Parts: sequence; C-alpha cells; structure tokens
Amino acid sequence: IMMETSWSCCTNLGPSGSSLLVTSDMSKLFQKPNFAQLCQQKKKELQGPRRSARIHAYYGLKSPPYKLDALEPYMSQRTLEMHWGKHHRSYVENLNKQLEKNDMLYGYTMDELIKVTYNNGNPLPEFNNAAQVWNHDFFWESMQPGGGNMPIFGLLQQIEKDFGSFTNFREKFIEASLTLFGSGWVWLVLRRNEKRLAILKTSNAINPLISADIPIISLDMWEHAYYLDYKNDKGKYANVFMDHLVSWNAATVRMARAQAFVNLGEPKIPVA
Amino acid sequence: MALRTLVTRKSLGNLGLGLRQLRGLQTYSLPDLPYDYGALEPAISGEIMQLHHQKHHQAYVTNYNKALEQLDAATAKGDSHTVAKLLSALKFNGGGHINHSIFWKNLAPVKEGGGEPPHGSLGWAIDNHFGSMEVLVQKMNTEGAALQGSGWVWLGVDKELKTLVVQTTENQDPLVSKGANLVPLLGIDVWEHAYYLQYKNVRPDYLKNIWKVINWKFAGEVYEKECP
Repeated sequence: IMMETSWSCCTNLGPSGSSLLVTSDMSKLFQKPNFAQLCQQKKKELQGPRRSARIHAYYGLKSPPYKLDALEPYMSQRTLEMHWGKHHRSYVENLNKQLEKNDMLYGYTMDELIKVTYNNGNPLPEFNNAAQVWNHDFFWESMQPGGGNMPIFGLLQQIEKDFGSFTNFREKFIEASLTLFGSGWVWLVLRRNEKRLAILKTSNAINPLISADIPIISLDMWEHAYYLDYKNDKGKYANVFMDHLVSWNAATVRMARAQAFVNLGEPKIPVA
Repeated sequence: MALRTLVTRKSLGNLGLGLRQLRGLQTYSLPDLPYDYGALEPAISGEIMQLHHQKHHQAYVTNYNKALEQLDAATAKGDSHTVAKLLSALKFNGGGHINHSIFWKNLAPVKEGGGEPPHGSLGWAIDNHFGSMEVLVQKMNTEGAALQGSGWVWLGVDKELKTLVVQTTENQDPLVSKGANLVPLLGIDVWEHAYYLQYKNVRPDYLKNIWKVINWKFAGEVYEKECP
C-alpha cells in the first residue's frame, strides 16, 4: 500500500495552526475511514477515469507543543490527558460532524469560521465547537514547561506602560480569574482601537477574535481545566499559571506579530 | 432598608436558607445536609459532596453575605453606581445559595427514599404532561447534557398556569429568572464541579445516575403546595 499517495494538501493555515485536510472522496469517508482502504481508492481514482470529486474540509486535533507530562507538577499529565485528549478532541470531532452537514461553512479558515458562526451575537450551533477548538489550541501554546517568570524587552515595557508595573498586571490578571462567573477564559489582549494591552474576561467559548482584539495569552477558567489538580482553589491555579506555566516566549512572538497590525509608536532606537 | 422588609425568616424558613440577624443586617449561613457526605454513593461520591457543600456552597454563602453588606453600605450612602455594580455579584452568589439549598433537598440516600418515583399528584401530573417518567428523565438529561458551560436543569411548575416545565438556566441564575411564576421542584447541577472528580467529562453518565438518588418526596411536597 503506497502511503505516499498522500493526502497531498495538509496545509497549516495561520497561527492557530489547525490543520485543514482536503480529501477527495465521498460516502466512504463518513464511516470511520480505513487509511489503507482510502489509499486504495485514491489509487483507483488516479488511474481510472476522473469522476467529479466532492471536497470535504476537516479540522484536526493539534497536539500541544510539549509532551502531556511536561507541565508536571503544575498541570498534571492526568489533566492534560482529560483536557486535551477528551475535551479538546471532542470539540474537534463534534465540529467536524457539524461541518459535514453544513455546506455553507465550507472553506473558511478557523478564524473566519469563528467570526461567521458567532453571527454578531446570535451564534450558530457550530460556534461553540469552533471557538473552543481555537481557544484550546491557543491555550496550550500559551503555556510551556519551565514557564512563568517575567516577560522581557518590548513586551515587558508595554506591560509596564499599560499596567504601571508587572506586579500590578499580575494582580489584575489573577483578580480577573477569580471574579469570572461561571465558565470562561481570561485573556491578555492588545486592543486595536485603544492601542494598548488590556485584560479581558470572556464567558463560555467567546474569545477576543470576536471583538477584533489580538490575544496575547489566555487562561482557561472552565472547571475542567483545574478541578482534577486544584479542586475548587481557583486562586492557587491562577497563581501557579502565572508563576510556572505561562509562556512569555509565545506571548512575545504574538506581540511582535500583533505590532504588524497595531501601531504602538516609534521604536526607541538608541542614538549611537 | 427595602431589603430587610422583603426578607423574612418565615418565608425563607422552608428553604432552609439559614437566615440570621447580625448587626441589624440579615446574613445567611450554610445549611446542613440532611444526610452524610457518603450517603449518596455510588451515584455521587462522598468527595464530591463534601467539596460541593463545604467549599463551593460555602463560598456562595460567604460572598453573598459580603455583597449584601456592601449593598447595605452603598444604599445607605445613596451610591447607586456601586449598587448597580453589585447586582451581578448578588445574582450570582445569591442564586448559588438558593440553587444549592434546593439541590441538597432534591437528593436523598436510597434507604431514605432516594430514587423512588413520585406518588400522588406530582406523579400523575408528570404522566399527564410528559407521557411518562422516562420521557421526563430523557428530556432533562438531554437538555442538561446539551447545556454549554455551567448551569442547571430544572423541573418546575408554573404556579399560575399549573403546568410542569423543564428549563435550563445558565451559571447560577435561579429558575425564577426564566419566568416569574416558575417554582422549582427539582434542580440538577450541571456545573463541572458537581461531577468532574467522579465522572470526568462524561456528563451524560452523571445525569443517568443521579436519578437513583433524586428525592421525589420533596418535589411532591412543593408541587402539592403550589397546586393543591
């Protein structure tokens, strides 16, 4: 079986990185496809007369950029196995199931899909799954083993400019996580209009893409994110996130990219 | 000052909201469970019951009292801005206290009648309105499982129309927020803290099993009071 008659197009679209798998086949795809079977089929198609192929787009579950035990002891492997392996995976699978039935939503990138299904406040059923897929991709990338500490250079300067000091920012971020009612997320975003950093709380699946703000880091405050490790102690979870998990590297990269869209002023170029 | 006249010991006594007078301001306290933490096993684990009661419900009570104190201070000063800011905290924590107080009464160990189907007028009303108990359970489980995020699924009665309703509310919104005439008979907490340690992400299993410890006697009593 020639595995290299591959699913040729498996492109990574955009920073969120959800894979767009373009396949050409029909009914067989809906029943748990056997990769070998599909390869055979593809071979036949290539050899035989070309039938008009219907294209289906699916999203794939992206792995976090570290092993599932890499965040121990701050976020246990058990939590990651549940949170990524069950919750995140089921959002992806349910989204795919919904997209199979909905031709209108074909062809969007993940970012666009979220905005379209949000439908200006009257969300379509696909919104919850799409947004949660994106949110969790973003969340895993907002953390790293050996995270925490402080940001450096430009990002630190911007935080100090917009919050007074890093300590104040940290306090406000943790306060936001404690005062969020119900399920939701806490974000550090770069506000496009105000051209400054701000802390944002969102409910359930809502994310800053809706308001066209640029997210820099996020913290999942749904109970499933911390309950196995911290039970009801949200404060400890948020503090541990700040001290040991948050990836300022990822934040710096996102900030650098954000500055291509939001003009934060002239850089301070030292005079020789 | 309006707050004090609205809230009376008698009207809240039935719900066991634990009302007390303290420094002239009424405060609430955590009601005791009418059974041991482990009494609802294996449907709901003792660990969950203990955390749910001692930590989560207690936090709602504490924060509700705090918000009420702040409200009192703000109304005394005529500080409407602060009053408006406090409204969401009051709704959230007050709702949390009300909902959980009902919830503990909605559950009972098997040996005290938990899981026993309702007799009397409520049983008849369920068959009349939904067709059968199974249909009702199915409906509540479906709605409970489909609820995104945190919330509750309720069996309630419209005390004006005398009809049964199945409703969901989000976060800690009490059933009355969906209709001023709705009285809760049965509420099932579908916040993740209510089942996660035991059932992990499989909320449908939690919903299937909780019916084994549902206290229909209490629901029946409330129903008979509203629809004599």
